[in-house]
Amino acid sequence: MILSGSDIIVECLLEQGADTVFGYPGGAVLNIYDSLYKYSDKIRHIITSHEQGACHAADGFARATGKTGVVIATSGPGATNLTTGLATAYMDSIPLVAITGNVSCNLLGLDSFQEVDITGVTIPITKHNFIVKDIADLADTLRLAFEIAGSGRKGPVLVDIPKDITAAKCEYKRDDISKAGEQPALNGELLDKVAELIARSEKPYIYAGGGVISSNAEDELKRFAELCDAPVSCSLMGQGAYDQTDRRYIGMLGMHGTVKAAAALNDCDLFIGIGTRFSDRVIGDPTVFGKNAKIIHIDIDPAEFNKNVEAYTAVQGDVKSVLGELCKRIAQKLNVWTDKMILMNFGEPVQRGTEEFPVTPQAVIEKLDELTDGRAVISTEVGQNQMWAAQYYKYRQPRSFISSGGLGTMGFGLGASLGAKVGCPDKTVVNIAGDGSFAMNLNELITASAHNIPIIEIVINNNVLGMVRQWQRLFYEKHFSQTTLDNRHIDYVKLGESFGIQTFVIAKTEDIEPVLKKALDISKTAPCMIEVKIDRDINVLPMIPAGKPVVDPITEIDLEA
Amino acid sequence: MREYVLSVKVNNNIGVLARIGGLFSRRCFSIKSLNSAETEEENISRLTIVVAADIRSLEQIKNQLMKLYDVHEVRILDDAVTREHILIRAGKTSEDRHKIIEIANLYRAKPVDVGADSIMLELTGEPVKIDSFIDLLKPFGIIKMVRSGITALERD
Repeated sequence: MILSGSDIIVECLLEQGADTVFGYPGGAVLNIYDSLYKYSDKIRHIITSHEQGACHAADGFARATGKTGVVIATSGPGATNLTTGLATAYMDSIPLVAITGNVSCNLLGLDSFQEVDITGVTIPITKHNFIVKDIADLADTLRLAFEIAGSGRKGPVLVDIPKDITAAKCEYKRDDISKAGEQPALNGELLDKVAELIARSEKPYIYAGGGVISSNAEDELKRFAELCDAPVSCSLMGQGAYDQTDRRYIGMLGMHGTVKAAAALNDCDLFIGIGTRFSDRVIGDPTVFGKNAKIIHIDIDPAEFNKNVEAYTAVQGDVKSVLGELCKRIAQKLNVWTDKMILMNFGEPVQRGTEEFPVTPQAVIEKLDELTDGRAVISTEVGQNQMWAAQYYKYRQPRSFISSGGLGTMGFGLGASLGAKVGCPDKTVVNIAGDGSFAMNLNELITASAHNIPIIEIVINNNVLGMVRQWQRLFYEKHFSQTTLDNRHIDYVKLGESFGIQTFVIAKTEDIEPVLKKALDISKTAPCMIEVKIDRDINVLPMIPAGKPVVDPITEIDLEA
Repeated sequence: MREYVLSVKVNNNIGVLARIGGLFSRRCFSIKSLNSAETEEENISRLTIVVAADIRSLEQIKNQLMKLYDVHEVRILDDAVTREHILIRAGKTSEDRHKIIEIANLYRAKPVDVGADSIMLELTGEPVKIDSFIDLLKPFGIIKMVRSGITALERD
């Protein structure tokens, strides 16, 4: 049938099963929004307050559901507003398709109104991008965009579509997609070698990253850990890849990982990194990382091998199939060392409140974990709030921790939580924010309210940019430059209520449980917000300073010093 | 650190050079020379890129290039025919011109444009040959020159 370009766009989204999209209208996408109007019974569009929020929402939707997220923005500033969201998704390998309008083909390159070379801008922050200059290419380009975004190492793809292409007409034939992407062939000999290394190891250590989640390999990981009888640690992106209530789980590894995870790293003789890119925030000093161990690196992207850490053996492949194959090759092990590591008490730091601010983030997040049975979807902003959310909630399943790990985008969490909730309406979705990150994109509270997306926004308010303050305390002679925010005087209750969002305050320890319960109750039907008042000098501990070896983490910071 | 020659087969799409150039700059790989032109296949170009790298970053460059959608193949050339082409104008006096022609004959360089005092020559050969040719012309004053960068193809 003959359709307009904009109808073809919507038809292609439906072909891909994308029945929910996030975006913001504008001049160059008027035709697309006219088609969305026409197809509004088949496709849900959620308008956010800002294109950045729409992009984070599409990203949160993708992280929570495993589907490819879709965001639409107009040309020029609409398109550039997506860039932080695209870079966030790119760093964390999240499948997104961003559709941007552009000026008509005859106006391209002439510095026309709201024209920007968004394909040029986004080359380094997308897996790939396209500009469609011929309507005959439109449908196949969109199909290809979804294929690229969702295959191999996933990532965002941008398709820029000039306005005249969305207006032009063309023959369109529905094309039902074949989902099976090509898997790289596994090297049997190499797998035998890895199985042999595991068999010979007395102190094997499993370290799981976000790749386990994007490959849906949680069952294989669990089986693999049982067979290897190894302690399991997860990266920040890997939170939820392994059930944290399992006895073999020893906590997060990295700058703010547990003392136990760090101690086991230094003692292990075989370090198996799975679906991970060995971020600098994890390895600290690369020259001594896992110095007593042989490192096995399993990942879908061979460009990660020997990039940050040199691997003894590297296995390229989809994590799910690699682990599945390895499980067939290893006999049940029993390691004395593993039991020793699991049982040993390493004295993990505990947070303490003050007289004025008795509540600690640890107490709130642990209570939230208890009340939700560890089964809520937790999104975070970036900074201390993010680390606390990772440390104190016990993630039981994949896709339950949604955080900007690689780019570290403050302002990510609220938008992402909206996308997660829209994608998983039956799950409790909580965004854990700090007051700094909250202020960056609080405009998306309007989206929560307007579309009645019932998330819980928890603002842990210490009136400082806590993580930066922590570094200033440790490394900048307590010059708290531009990190003290107590002249802001925000009334969170009034703020929330002006957006039509019920807001509560936790200031005393005895507030924690009733307020959380009330919020969980409200969140069955409506969004709500909680301000948690805490002391400004609760630090994120343990801590390994950047670039330093992962030994002897700091577990206490003397505030008097 | 040494120089390696990469032969990269790519889709001849809009922006493919920007993608490859951008990848080299943002990953801190250095390009010594880059040559790009169409091949016998429709919409396929071959790039010959000379990079200075150690073995580890060479592997990185190859793997990162392979991740670009428009890149089909990356080969690190070992046993290959490498050639470079130069156009060079030199000479200040008519006397120079005669001496330059003598050198050109030695190298089998071809005069392509003759002015009153200076002369433009073209030469194709191994990069080292081009280097030494340039060195010999330097005393006469090089007015302008352009090198094509290396092109290379593997031997059978």
